[in-house]
Amino acid sequence: MTDPSPASGAPVAQPAARAAPAPPAVGGAPAPVVHLAGVDKVFDRGDRVVTRALEGIDLDIARGEFVSLIGPSGCGKSTLLRIVGDLTSPSSGTVTVNGKPAEQARRDRDYGMVFQAPVLFDWRTVEDNVKLPLEILGWDGSRRTARAREMLELVELGDFLKHHPFQLSGGMQQRVAIARALAIEPSILLMDEPFGALDEMTRERMNSEVLRIWERTGTTIVFVTHSIPEAVFLSSRVVVMSARPGRITEVIDVDLPRPRNEDTRETRRYFELVTAVREALRHGGGDLDDAGTVAGGDAASVERTMAEGAVG
Amino acid sequence: MATATATRGGLGTVAPVRSGRRRGRGLLVGVGVALALLLVWEGAKFLGGTPWRAPLALPGSPVLWNPPFRWAFANDLNLPHVWNILLTFNEPFQRGSSQSVAAYLVGASLYTWREALIGFLLGAGIGLVLATIFVHSRLLERALVPYVVASQTIPIIALAPLIVFAFGANVMSVVVIATYLTFFPVTIAMIRGLRSFDPRALELMRSYASSKWQIYRKLRFPAALPYLFTALKIAATASIVGAIIGEGPGGIADGLGRVIITYNQYYITGPEKLWASIIAAGILGIAFYLLISAIEWAVMRGRRPAAI
Repeated sequence: MTDPSPASGAPVAQPAARAAPAPPAVGGAPAPVVHLAGVDKVFDRGDRVVTRALEGIDLDIARGEFVSLIGPSGCGKSTLLRIVGDLTSPSSGTVTVNGKPAEQARRDRDYGMVFQAPVLFDWRTVEDNVKLPLEILGWDGSRRTARAREMLELVELGDFLKHHPFQLSGGMQQRVAIARALAIEPSILLMDEPFGALDEMTRERMNSEVLRIWERTGTTIVFVTHSIPEAVFLSSRVVVMSARPGRITEVIDVDLPRPRNEDTRETRRYFELVTAVREALRHGGGDLDDAGTVAGGDAASVERTMAEGAVG
Repeated sequence: MATATATRGGLGTVAPVRSGRRRGRGLLVGVGVALALLLVWEGAKFLGGTPWRAPLALPGSPVLWNPPFRWAFANDLNLPHVWNILLTFNEPFQRGSSQSVAAYLVGASLYTWREALIGFLLGAGIGLVLATIFVHSRLLERALVPYVVASQTIPIIALAPLIVFAFGANVMSVVVIATYLTFFPVTIAMIRGLRSFDPRALELMRSYASSKWQIYRKLRFPAALPYLFTALKIAATASIVGAIIGEGPGGIADGLGRVIITYNQYYITGPEKLWASIIAAGILGIAFYLLISAIEWAVMRGRRPAAI
């Protein structure tokens, strides 16, 4: 694991997660970055339609892991990610991140978020978009600039600092979003179908890019996806979920050697694992429909946000 | 806002060129419309107006053209000749004065603009504060927005004397009236504008544990700017109207409002002067509007061309 922070960029207003020592070890094993125990989520809109989005979720994610959540639409994988990120709260159960309640982790800026849409601010240049979280953290101007440029170099967009988002392709925009998420050196990166809107070619390129960044920064990543090949190629573990109610049906360890590259996609073991995940999904009772559902899931999450009137 | 669309190789330089050409064409059409209006105006006079005489000639001077019909709306009192209106700018603004109508109107326009500007700034500020309160409190929004709307259904003509009674016959009253007409469009537009952000951007801001102020400053307000400028353009012209109307009951002697009232009273002897003052008021409104547009252009330069 390489140290992602350069000498120049050590934050003054230290996010607690960076300052925090490794979480206290319990029984010799290092404490997980994410600890979910008995998490339920029920959407009750008061019109007698009660949706049991998640039921009895137990999951531990260790530091430096790359964990994918995969399942049919409606299995609550995005909701689960949002619970980890404290963008919504569970109906019951405990969520601990870096040994703290999720809300505290959010206040300590332990998270980096990447959504399916890049969600860049049109009125800011690419560079200023990456600076946004640093402004919120109160970094001073020159350090902001240095970090933003460093992050944009990392995603190979160093030549596009002064462009505006609408001048970039979809894949480039998503790379800016990743640079922005990594700028504050989050101890955990939450990615919600980040490449769902991209074409297959761009998607595979972005997969390699994410792996490269993950290997360089050593950040813990939780990654929601619809795509089996993507999940297998990227992850150290694939968490397979089923719908109605949303449950974890199987956790598959991905033992593909690293570093992985395009050749990995052609190995026998890769195909075996893809098949294993597919079988697990089938046994879970879910039918994985790829396209079509992507937009629907996104709209639902937006709707939830608005229903909760989530400001501040 | 969020840029989900992939504009591969979309070059920012293409749009300004195109919009520049479009603006040139727009100007051409605008001039064409003005010429057409003049043609209709003078055409009506040609067919059914008062007998044509030399520009600014006194009654009794030789008739150059006798129109075949006599239409009341086209006589020299209702529709003075365009050249006479233009020439009147160079006349003394009242008998025996060395100051021309043009100079007098420029002075009065600037005076009125100052009042309107103060009212505009106050109104925009009040509108912004009200909208900010309303988007953060549904309760206050539901309780108070009906009153904001009701305030604009009262004719300003009825309200102006009350305001003058309260604030005295001075510039203050005029400013209050201009403010009163200005805050409304800004309030209504900004209630909408401050909610026009991408909800996913709000989640992003929440994930950074941003304060409400940071969300306001970095997300809500910039996202609302297109709405704000639209409202400010409406408010700019409304503030001019408010100031002109307010000057009457406000007893202001130096502004366009008084000029219009005076020339109204002398309409029988010099209708061109009233038309000249109407043109001045129009130019003032357009100039204020263009000023806001220029500021908008400067502020919004970096944005997606379609957003402007």
